[in-house]
This record gives sequence, structure tokens and C-alpha cells, in this order.
Amino acid sequence: MSANASVVATELSKAFKATRALADVSFSVERGELFGFIGPDGSGKTTLFRILTTLLVPDAGEAFVDGLHVVRDYRELRKRIGYMPGRFSLYQDLTVAENLSFFASVFGTTVEENYDLIRDIYVQIEPFRDRKAGKLSGGMKQKLALSCALIHRPTVLLLDEPTTGVDAVSRREFWDMLLRLKSAGISILVSTPYMDEARLCDRVGLIQNGTLMQVDTPANIENSFDRPLFGITAQDRYRLLTTLRGYPFANSVYAFGESVHYTDRRNEVEPSMLVDFLQKSGLTDVAVRPIGAGVEDAFMALMDE
Amino acid sequence: MKSFRGFVIKEFFHIFRDYRTLLILFGMPVIQLVLFGYAVRNEIQDINIAFVDSTNDHVTRQIKERIRASSYFNVIGQLPSERDIREAFQRGLIKEAVVFEPGFASRLAHDGVADIRIVTDATDPNTAKSMQAYTASIIAHYQRDHLGSTALRIVTESRMRFNPELKSVNLFVPGLIALILMLVCALMTSITITREKELGTMEVLLVSPLKPIHIIVGKVLPYFVLSFVNVVTILVLARLVFDVPVRGSVPLLLAECLLFILCALSLGILISSRSNSQQTATMVSLAGLLLPTVILSGFIFPISSMPVALQLFTHIVPAKWFLIIIRDIMLKGIGIEYFWKETLVLAGMTLILMTASARSFKTRLE
Repeated sequence: MSANASVVATELSKAFKATRALADVSFSVERGELFGFIGPDGSGKTTLFRILTTLLVPDAGEAFVDGLHVVRDYRELRKRIGYMPGRFSLYQDLTVAENLSFFASVFGTTVEENYDLIRDIYVQIEPFRDRKAGKLSGGMKQKLALSCALIHRPTVLLLDEPTTGVDAVSRREFWDMLLRLKSAGISILVSTPYMDEARLCDRVGLIQNGTLMQVDTPANIENSFDRPLFGITAQDRYRLLTTLRGYPFANSVYAFGESVHYTDRRNEVEPSMLVDFLQKSGLTDVAVRPIGAGVEDAFMALMDE
Repeated sequence: MKSFRGFVIKEFFHIFRDYRTLLILFGMPVIQLVLFGYAVRNEIQDINIAFVDSTNDHVTRQIKERIRASSYFNVIGQLPSERDIREAFQRGLIKEAVVFEPGFASRLAHDGVADIRIVTDATDPNTAKSMQAYTASIIAHYQRDHLGSTALRIVTESRMRFNPELKSVNLFVPGLIALILMLVCALMTSITITREKELGTMEVLLVSPLKPIHIIVGKVLPYFVLSFVNVVTILVLARLVFDVPVRGSVPLLLAECLLFILCALSLGILISSRSNSQQTATMVSLAGLLLPTVILSGFIFPISSMPVALQLFTHIVPAKWFLIIIRDIMLKGIGIEYFWKETLVLAGMTLILMTASARSFKTRLE
């Protein structure tokens, strides 16, 4: 255990009845690091966060947060962590200001005492301070929830899918705030289903079926993707997808927004070969260009293995 | 302590901002009291009756006059013979017929015995029973006043000792207090705690330095205060509107109410710690608490007329013990020396429920 580690997990396992939620998950997060967990729904992210926030007891393995054991020292640990569960846990019938001062009082502090920490976030919702939390937009709820989670100046911040269901602009603003908090020395663990957010983390852990498959920097994860990758577009995207999947040399075919990401089984592939095949198959407006892999491509490839 | 105060303030915000909660808290006691006081009555009034009296002598005339004079009955008229009663019942003209035997007065004079038959429409057996009892009681009074005690052999049995006017509101008010306290304390607390679970705020509360005891007490305290306000409201209303007496000691009555409130609150916490949604909590509270409180506590149906198995079951219904206690205080006006056992049972139940609910309240999610 490194002296500078903020979170250390060793072979954490957890099962709910017959369902395995986590299996032998080990990792560590440095102090002041922004660490992201990427994985599809039901991959075990929430279970992992609940173990780290002392809400669940692991079946096997152990974890330390801020040097405290998550099971034995849970009482002391609860004073030091800031937690934002998957759903924005606010009181809908309390106003913005009341929510904030309630959470401050629960942690034995006041809004004024730690205002400097949340000021950047809170100024954006302060104009609505007398509005009920239930009447806020998704992005504003998220900012309020983050303010509430920060009001007691936690050393570690755990955010479980904080941007799910939030518009793109608010997501962007939210991540800007996280980067600022990181520079204030707070360790941040965040889970997200959005791959584009992974690029903003110092390191990401890819998690699937309760197993942590890879932990690395976003750049290294992208570099670990060693096959030539092509972005392909055509007039009829659905037919393009089915045609490519029927192609005998196809290795992987995934729809990514407007285009289809494709890798080939052959080692030497030219875009023209693919264009040729697709046009013969009756597709029009075909464009094939080599592209660099993103985190999501690497993740998809790992999932296939 | 500061965090605890913040918690309680937050609970009061929840209550006073939700008009449905407010309606249940403050509207329901009044509505129920009025409903039970005016609509749900066991006593009878203005029942249509007819006489069958072929002789129409001075005795039967006097008895008929007595019946006519009472507010319970509304005399429709005479029927020619007993055979006509059936049709009058079927057509809904009358609910009861009083049949005097032919030559009533002369038979009474010669044999010392004369027969009166009271025929009632027993489609509604409870009302029929009351009608019979009322009629018999009127006749018995007549017999006592005019004929001396042995002349007419009509045995009437009545138990009206503590409620001489047979006012059902006297009977209902104690039951109503039990019902409303169950509803406010058990149902509302179980809902308010499960709501935090549903919203996900419980997760945040748990991951905070608040101790479980703070969360429980903070949740329960407002309802403790408000349900006590309710008890006082019901008692004052019952007194002012329905003239329901509190014959015994008022402080003792309030103390017993507080005990029952604690008991109901513990039940509410217990339910909420076992259920994860407001819906489950509501269902369990309604089916598991309200129904027994209404049906198996002696509130409406006498326990003594239940099958033995159900009678045994009523022992674990807290409201049963509470009802015995407050009826004793309010209607009989007797002191704790008569119901210390029931108080002890209730206190024991409360202690067990409190321990169980404190234990089952988890410091984690599972």
C-alpha cells in the first residue's frame, strides 16, 4: 500500500444471492487523482461504490479509503467521504438553500464555513436558491447534489454515474468542476457509462460482469488497441452494418454515432478493398477512412475477448 | 446535537409542505370523529313500527302511547292481523310490529299473564336486536310503573350501565383515538422512512456521521408531537360536539395515550425497516395494523363474541389493551388500580417493539 494512496481495494468480491456482482476487484487510487470506472449497466459499478462508501460489506477482500478500513472504521470514514449516489439524492420538497444547509448540518458544519469549496458550483444555482429541488432541471439538480456532497470538505469524493440523464452542456460543465476539485487535492472516483468522459480521467478502470478488466490511463488504453481501425459511412447505415457483419473477413463491427467502426481479420487491409466490397454489395455513398482508437473501441475489444 | 436539530427541522418541512400529509394528520381525526359520531351509529331512531291489536283496551292503549312517545319509534298505524306483518316488512313500510294477544287487558286481569310479541325485520340483525331491546325496555318500564313487578312476565335484559343513553359515540371515541394514533404514528412513520429509501436520500443519510438513533428519533419526534396534538383535538371535539365525558383522570389518560403512541411509532419503524417502498409500507400498515385495530380490538365488534382462535389473536393487538384502558378511564372513571395489568402489557409490547425496531434499523444497505 503506497503511502500516498487514497483508495486501496484488494480482491473485493460481492454476490447477491446467486448473482455475482463483483469478483476479485483490486485497484488503488492516488491522492488527488481523478479515477473513472467505465462499464455498462449492471457491471458492478454501483456495488463497488457502495462497498467503498461503507454501505455494503464485501463478501471477501478488503478496502481502505483515506487509510480507513471500509468495514471496521466505517463510522470515522463516513465523516470523510462525500458521496453522490446514482439518483440525485435531494429532498424534492426542500428548496436549494434548505437542501444545502440540511446536509451541512448533518455533517456538523455550516454552508458559510466551507463556502469557498463549493462557490464555483453553487453560484450557478444560487439564483434559484428558493426554488424546490424537485423543480430544478437535471443539470441543476446535479450541481446541487454535488454541492451537498462537498459541503463537509471530504477528502475523497465518490460519484456514481453523476452525469446520467443530464444534457451535454451540463455534463461538460460538471466535468470542468471535477477537474477543478481535483486540483484542490480531493481524490475523485467517478463512474460513468459515457466513454467520452473517460478521456478526462487520470486513469480509468474498465469493468464488466463484476470484473475489473483493465486499469490504465486513457491514452495507454487507446494505444493498447493495436489493430487498424476504420470509420465507415454509407447512405443506408443499417444495411452497412448488416453487410459488414456478413463480411467473412470482419473482426468487429460496431455502430458509433454516424459511422461504423470496423476492424479486419487480415493483417494488410486497404480502405479501397472495403469500399470495393461494399459498393459491390449495393451500398452507395461509401466512405472508408483509417481512424485512431478511442477508449470505447478498446473497451469493446476487451469485452469481446 | 446540531445535526439532530437540523434533521428534525427538515422533517417538519416535509410534513408542512405536503398537503396530503397535513390532510391525513389534521383533517382525518376531525372527519372520522364526525363520521363515527353522526353516521356510524348503533342506537336506533325513528324506526317505523305498527301494532296488531284486535282488542284495543285501556292497557294496550297505554303501552302503545308509551312507545309512540319515545323518540326511537315512529308509529305508522295498525295492521289488521299478524298475517299482514310479512307483507308490510316486504314492502319496507315498517321494521317492527308489536302484537298484543286478543283480549289483552282481561287476560292480564284474570290470569296475571298476557303476551306481547315483538316481531322485527332482522335483515339487519344488529338493528333488530336493538329495536327489540328498546321495545322490551319500554314495556318493562310500563309494567313497573303501572302493574307492579310481578304482573307481566317480560324479562328484559339491558346493559346500559356506563352508557345509559346507549350513545355509540361514547364507545367510538376511544376506538377512534386508537385508530388515528395507529394511522398517524405507524403508517406515517413507516411511509416517511421508506420514502427516504425510495428517493435514495437514505443512502446519503447513512453515509453521514448521523447515528441510526438520530435518524430514527428525528423521524419519529415530529409525529410524536403531532399525534399528541391529535389526541387532545379528538378529546376536546368529542367533549364539545358530542358531549363525550372523561370521567377519570385526564393526566392519566394522556399518559396512557403517550404510551400507545410510542408503541405505534415503534411498529412504524419496524415496518419501514423491513420494507423498501412506500407502497409496501402502506400495504403492510393498512392490512397488518389498521384492520386488526378496527376489527380485532373490540373497537366495533365485541371480542367476547369472536371464535376462540381470534380471541387469542386479539391479545397481540396493542389497540385491544389500549381500548380497555381508555374506556375504563373515560367512561367508567376508574383509576390505574383497575387496569395496571393492561398498562403493563402495553408497556411490555412497546419495549419489545422498540428493541426490535432499533435492532432492525440497519447502519448499511443490507
